Amino acid sequence: MAQITLIEAVTQALAYEMAHDPSVVVLGEDVGVNGGVFRATQGLQEKFGEWRVIDTPLDEMTIAGVTVGMAVQGMKPVAEAQFEGFIYPMMEHIACHAARMRNRTRGRLTVPAVWRAPWGGGIRAPEHHSEANEHLFTNIPGLRVVLPSSPARAYGLLLAAIRDPDPVIFFEPKRIYRQYKEEVPDDGEALPLDVCFVLRDGTDVTIVSWGAQVKEALEAADALAAEGISAEVIDVATLTPLDFDTIAESVQKTGRCVIVHEAPKTAGFGAEIAARVAEECLYDLLAPVERVTGFDTHIPLFRLEMKYLPSVERVVDAAKRTLAAS
Amino acid sequence: MTIAAKFEIEYLQYLDAEGKQVRDDLPEFAKDLGHMVELYKLMLSTRVFDAKSIALQRTGKLGTYASCLGHEAAHVGIGSAMRPEDVYAPSYREYGAQLYRGVQPREVYMYWGGDERGNDYQKEPARHDFAWSVPIATQCLHAAGSALAFKIRGEKRVAVATIGDGGSSKGDFYGAINMAGARELPLVIAIVNNQWAISVPRKIQSGAQTLAQKGIAAGLYSIQVDGNDIIAVRKAMEDALERARNGQGGSVLELVTYRLGDHTTADDARRYRGKDEVDEAWAKEPMKRLKHWLVAKGVWDDAKEEAWKAECDDWMDNEVNAYLETKTQPVTAMFDYIFAEVPADLAKQRDYVLSLENKAH
Repeated sequence: MAQITLIEAVTQALAYEMAHDPSVVVLGEDVGVNGGVFRATQGLQEKFGEWRVIDTPLDEMTIAGVTVGMAVQGMKPVAEAQFEGFIYPMMEHIACHAARMRNRTRGRLTVPAVWRAPWGGGIRAPEHHSEANEHLFTNIPGLRVVLPSSPARAYGLLLAAIRDPDPVIFFEPKRIYRQYKEEVPDDGEALPLDVCFVLRDGTDVTIVSWGAQVKEALEAADALAAEGISAEVIDVATLTPLDFDTIAESVQKTGRCVIVHEAPKTAGFGAEIAARVAEECLYDLLAPVERVTGFDTHIPLFRLEMKYLPSVERVVDAAKRTLAAS
Repeated sequence: MTIAAKFEIEYLQYLDAEGKQVRDDLPEFAKDLGHMVELYKLMLSTRVFDAKSIALQRTGKLGTYASCLGHEAAHVGIGSAMRPEDVYAPSYREYGAQLYRGVQPREVYMYWGGDERGNDYQKEPARHDFAWSVPIATQCLHAAGSALAFKIRGEKRVAVATIGDGGSSKGDFYGAINMAGARELPLVIAIVNNQWAISVPRKIQSGAQTLAQKGIAAGLYSIQVDGNDIIAVRKAMEDALERARNGQGGSVLELVTYRLGDHTTADDARRYRGKDEVDEAWAKEPMKRLKHWLVAKGVWDDAKEEAWKAECDDWMDNEVNAYLETKTQPVTAMFDYIFAEVPADLAKQRDYVLSLENKAH
């Protein structure tokens, strides 16, 4: 079986679902002939034609609004924002319409659409191409916010996102688009959108992360293991609606919690998880919750960006602080 | 000088302000006087409905309400030209079009009366139309997306959106007409130019000579219409719908009318416009001219008018009673339509609210 990268898994999921459901269409800037600037839609237009893989005019607002309209008519559009930093003109249609349509009409009209966007820093890209802005969406009721962290989860979660009857924001960690390959059977099996994934069992500290940063979380767990510290690693994957039970269960076991994300610290989604840990697991805690995050600055241009992104070392240090506390 | 491209905007009118026919080539539907009487009756019932809504708001039985006074020809013209299978994406005051398509007055009252069920239109074809769109002009793109879906599926259906003169300043409008032009979508956008976007007049909304010509830039068929003349509105709409249905692409119609009332019941138009201007607009309003024309044709008179008004009053009283008798939704309703199924995490909040409710009783 072929080993594929995360971005190839995205393409594979799109191709699978388009082949099996004629109502699925892909639209965005450069998604057609060019196959997307990261090649996520490579070969799809050849296979499915220009009316199912639609190059739109260069206007994010248009893409987002047209996506809402198509979805209300019973299609399953998968819209691409070329980069997460260009998603802002789409937000009115996402927040004011996609996320509200079912509620507004008491279920009469719905928006079964997906907005995909390459997400996050670390690829030496220009300004506005390296944002981590998932927390701006997690506060909008009616949206699912999904961030895969491996080729297999990208495949399974994207299939689930397309099949979901409600709007999904699907952020793809571009830093690990081509970082490694794994076997991803093209079997059309979706992964659940309502659970966190426990990637590594441990007993001393829980490391909670999502997206590209899961890589640092796992590497930190390896480094900690070398020092005899057992870290459990959780990939949240679907930030909202949150499966907090999986996180709570782990923190109740370990008594320590380190949250790792690359978005700015203040009001990042880590703040929500920390608050929930305080609400529901305070008496299980042996140490204060730690957050290892981007800073409350704009992600710097690329000469400094790796100083901004949480490093393995920062995660290891945070985990050790929680152990030193008790 | 070499001209790269050249354009003109036609202005369409059949009845002047006095109800005098200004051209002889009446469209087919207008030769059917029985049908014209029906259109007049719906315009009249829309006006009765509107007055009733304002009375409800003034007596505290309705929240903020956006009146449609003066827009009756534009709205009924739009609604009556559409086919049932078409899709309508209104803004928030196009009751004349919506009543034609099956929205019930009680649903309008429910929406403005603070109950989402007002958007759950029960009767077709309104049932497959969009709900009111409060964010200005966003519905243009939803209509464009609908039109794209129709084109992809090979359905002979048209998506129609209405916006105001202010709405034509927004990117959503430009995006929608641009997309429609680029992909030859079956989209019709009617700009109901009522001269005022709350307090901002048409002349400082845009430097364009007509709002219709904005459609030219997108490659759409574009026309300016006397929006107080229902024959002209209906004819322009029929032409645009037929073009769209036949794969000839989208249209922009500018329907020139006047907002005779306040923007909403929360607005006081006397703050920003003079009485003379409003008086002048009343002289051109849409009901009078059509009535004159129908009376001259011998198919309408004051007795019929009074009888129909009385029927409308009964209808609206019945609708108002149905609205007032509707019980508030259970508190859990705020959770039940966020997703297709209530997620476990949200269910905890739902249970909590339910427990508060049970404690209160």
